[in-house]
Amino acid sequence: MSFILSVLIFFPLVAGILGFIVDKGSARVYGISIAAVEFLLSLWLWMNFDAKSASMQFIEFFPIVKDFGINYYVGVDGISLFLVVMTTLMTLIGMISMTVKNEIKNMVVTILFLEMTMVGVFLALDAIVFYLFWELSLVPMLYIIGAWGGPLRVYASIKFFLYTFTGSLIMLVGMLFVAYSFYSITGVWSFALTDWYALKFDLNYQFWLFLAFFVGFAIKVPMFPFHTWLPYAHGQAPTIGSVILAAVLLKMGTYGFVRFSLPMFPDASVMMILPIAVISIIMIIYTAMVAYAQEDMKQVIAYSSVSHMGIIMLGIFAMNSQGISGSIFQMLSHGIVSGALFMLVGVIYDRTHTKIMSNFGGLATIMPKYALVFGIMLMASVGLPLTIGFVGEFLVLIGFYKVSPILTILAGTSIIVGAIYMLALYKKSFFGAVTNEENKKLKDLDNRELFSFIPLVAIVIWLGVYPKPVLTPIDNSVQAMLSFMKEKAITPEAKNMIIATQTAKEAK
Amino acid sequence: MVTPIQVTVQELNLPLLVPMLIAIAGGLGILVIDLLKSNLDKSLYVMLSMIVLFADLLAVAGITPNRGFFDLMLVDGVSIISQFLVIVTSMLFIPLALTSKRFHEFSYPEFFALFLFMVAGFQFMVSTDNLILIFVGIETASLALYTLIAMHNRSNSFEAALKYFTMGALAAGFYAMGSAVVYATTGSIELWQVKEALSISSSTGSMVIAVTGGAVLLLVAFAFKLSLFPFHTWAPDVYEGASAPLAGYMSIVPKVAAFAVALRIFDIYIDLGVESVRTIILILAVITMTLANMMALVQEDVKRMLAYSSISHAGFVMAALALGTTKGNAGVFIYYALFMFTNLGAFTMLWISRHKKLMYSDRYDHPYEKFAGLIKIMPMGAVVMALFMLSLAGVPPFSVFWGKLFIMSAAVDAGYIKLAIIMGLNSAIAAYYYLKLVVYMFLKEPVFNTDTIYYNISKPLMVIVGIALVVTVTSVFFFDILLTYIYAMISASGF
Repeated sequence: MSFILSVLIFFPLVAGILGFIVDKGSARVYGISIAAVEFLLSLWLWMNFDAKSASMQFIEFFPIVKDFGINYYVGVDGISLFLVVMTTLMTLIGMISMTVKNEIKNMVVTILFLEMTMVGVFLALDAIVFYLFWELSLVPMLYIIGAWGGPLRVYASIKFFLYTFTGSLIMLVGMLFVAYSFYSITGVWSFALTDWYALKFDLNYQFWLFLAFFVGFAIKVPMFPFHTWLPYAHGQAPTIGSVILAAVLLKMGTYGFVRFSLPMFPDASVMMILPIAVISIIMIIYTAMVAYAQEDMKQVIAYSSVSHMGIIMLGIFAMNSQGISGSIFQMLSHGIVSGALFMLVGVIYDRTHTKIMSNFGGLATIMPKYALVFGIMLMASVGLPLTIGFVGEFLVLIGFYKVSPILTILAGTSIIVGAIYMLALYKKSFFGAVTNEENKKLKDLDNRELFSFIPLVAIVIWLGVYPKPVLTPIDNSVQAMLSFMKEKAITPEAKNMIIATQTAKEAK
Repeated sequence: MVTPIQVTVQELNLPLLVPMLIAIAGGLGILVIDLLKSNLDKSLYVMLSMIVLFADLLAVAGITPNRGFFDLMLVDGVSIISQFLVIVTSMLFIPLALTSKRFHEFSYPEFFALFLFMVAGFQFMVSTDNLILIFVGIETASLALYTLIAMHNRSNSFEAALKYFTMGALAAGFYAMGSAVVYATTGSIELWQVKEALSISSSTGSMVIAVTGGAVLLLVAFAFKLSLFPFHTWAPDVYEGASAPLAGYMSIVPKVAAFAVALRIFDIYIDLGVESVRTIILILAVITMTLANMMALVQEDVKRMLAYSSISHAGFVMAALALGTTKGNAGVFIYYALFMFTNLGAFTMLWISRHKKLMYSDRYDHPYEKFAGLIKIMPMGAVVMALFMLSLAGVPPFSVFWGKLFIMSAAVDAGYIKLAIIMGLNSAIAAYYYLKLVVYMFLKEPVFNTDTIYYNISKPLMVIVGIALVVTVTSVFFFDILLTYIYAMISASGF
């Protein structure tokens, strides 16, 4: 299975094309089986992944455009491995819990195409291949939001598309500039990331290139003030769309920072720590406050996503292994938790066709199982110890404490404000008397729903208690990256700021 | 005492003329056949034209780059690539006459004869560096094209033809004046001699104005042909009046030919460092792509939207020409080679959906509403059209993306980072109006209660759409070959 990565990327594509032939009534089962196979394949990848090595594994390489240095170049390391596994897991769970009724076949095919692009983004080691999957992921998502979404769906989907598309075109100019710099130094064109890492830019270039990539990634994350597309997208998207958007698509942005910006422009990254930390803290606090003011359950979770992405951004720019590993762990945890929360909102929406919290109240007595699952996920989202959410958030805060205690304390308020809006949501919807008579007839989670939530609950607790199996490989790759960055950095500030516990030699 | 000139047939290098002669002979042959027996079916003429074009293509493929015919002809890499593009597009265009509904113009054999004369005109235009022969080529091709537009036989196609004709005549005037100034300043109308003369004299004070003035007059002429701002106003009306395939054809072939000539002419100035010319071209290009994009946003008709979009694409490519690097110049042709299939495919999809009457609007043939909810009515058609739209928007891995990538890369290489960013932002604006159609097709409910909008569909049209689609989708696999070939040809021609 030396082509496992290509199989992972293109299996959903082939399956998606074949899916056009499958009958409408059976499309769902087809989708679930394909997603399950894909998930098993990604587990196989994990099992065969050498956790001790920090370098790229399962590398595949062949030229597409030789003269222009564009190659099909994929590989996986500790940073991308779990994002891939999370992607396939959330796609599978999303597919199982999907309740879309109309045009279900189109939905299944679209999700499979989307899965291809998401896996492709995380595995690509060639900038153009990365860009290709990055852009292509917009199309299925546009369709999912636009075709199955709420009343404002067309507006939301186009806003989503144009925002991201604009950002990534600026990023493309940055990529072309890097490629040209590589060409002017070596005389060969190359878009391979591993080649690009070797380039040392002076500070001025680093700064502008960092900005070019920043625009592309920041819109995707989404960082304040580019976050306005997200609440619309979430508000209008069908459940499955929100799940995938929150769980995976947003992670592409933060992954981009780790994969491109940090190792390529270490000095500029260090230079930008303060501005980015400030933006992140605005994201954390401001969107948490906005979340508290929402009446729509889904919007609360949408804004909380932005808030959590702030934590992730903060960790990435801590420039030490706790911070970055914590961030990557937090990406996984946020993926699972926010995905689950969106699914939970979907559950209640399917039953009552409303997401407004004031219509609920006392749900805990009517739907105890639902309330339990919701409670666990909510605690994980807030960052209660022994849940998955705690580990990442804690590591990020420790990591950033070394950079700036004051900013860390400000960021730490996220746990408090997070608790406020989340518990307020829980109180309004689940506790108290049943205010709405119609709600008394609601059914609790059925078997299919339980089947999709139980694994997530198990993961939330398992990784909350014992995160080591995931954290170690991540940390290995992060350490290697940091020591590489430290060696590459040209300014003394950057050399001081980047804390690598291993020497470069060990990392290799 | 004039010394007699010894000319051998060998020196004339007649094989260079063979491709054009084939096209002309083919056109004459069609006229003769019509004289001998009238009322023959259009399918005969379509197939005859295809055979003539195929022979033409082979003849071009057999040429080795050379000069000939008293140095009047210059068949170099640029010429060969342009001829390939012209002929291949023509071969994709001609079968579009075989619609299931009967359209007036295709029943005349003269249509096909004129078409072949036009192809010959374009071939002449790109195969010379003599300003007079370029002029003859332009006029031959343009006059034939005006007639072809008018033959569509609706009131707005007469208007379109007349508009195009007057604008074309104006452009011809500017061209003649520009050539005269060039002749006055350099004493020659052969571009290679012009270049030599200019490289000696252009730097002297008073000459700068004259040289720039000549270049500006020529630029105006080509701005008309390439529909660059502010000489683009004719284009949307003409595209709207012409039949859809002809509009698609006009967005490609005349522009490729004009770009080839523009490359020959303006590369001289850019190479010699006449910065004012470069600046003017850059400004025109940037305004063209931006303004046309803005205009395209507010169109209510898909065909007019595509018209503005192709103006914007032309602006994009014109910017590459101003870079003056081999990569930029190669980018012009690479872009058009990729754009050609996608754009013609999109126009063909409109052609397929053309009804003889205005069914969906008082004014337009193809208002957006016509395509509303197409995914529910005709899923395949919607998917195909959406792929063309995404490709035009520059979504990877479809064909136009690679062209955009290459041209933006050329801009970055030449140090024009801001230009590259403007190009990027323009692509983002453009994405909106392409998406608008996708949104109508996929996300809206049908407005009209019909079970088909493809009135005009027939096997040949489906084949053409199929070819365009396959090229659009699989471009990632052959972009390598295309790039290597075109780049080698362009750099071998010295650009």
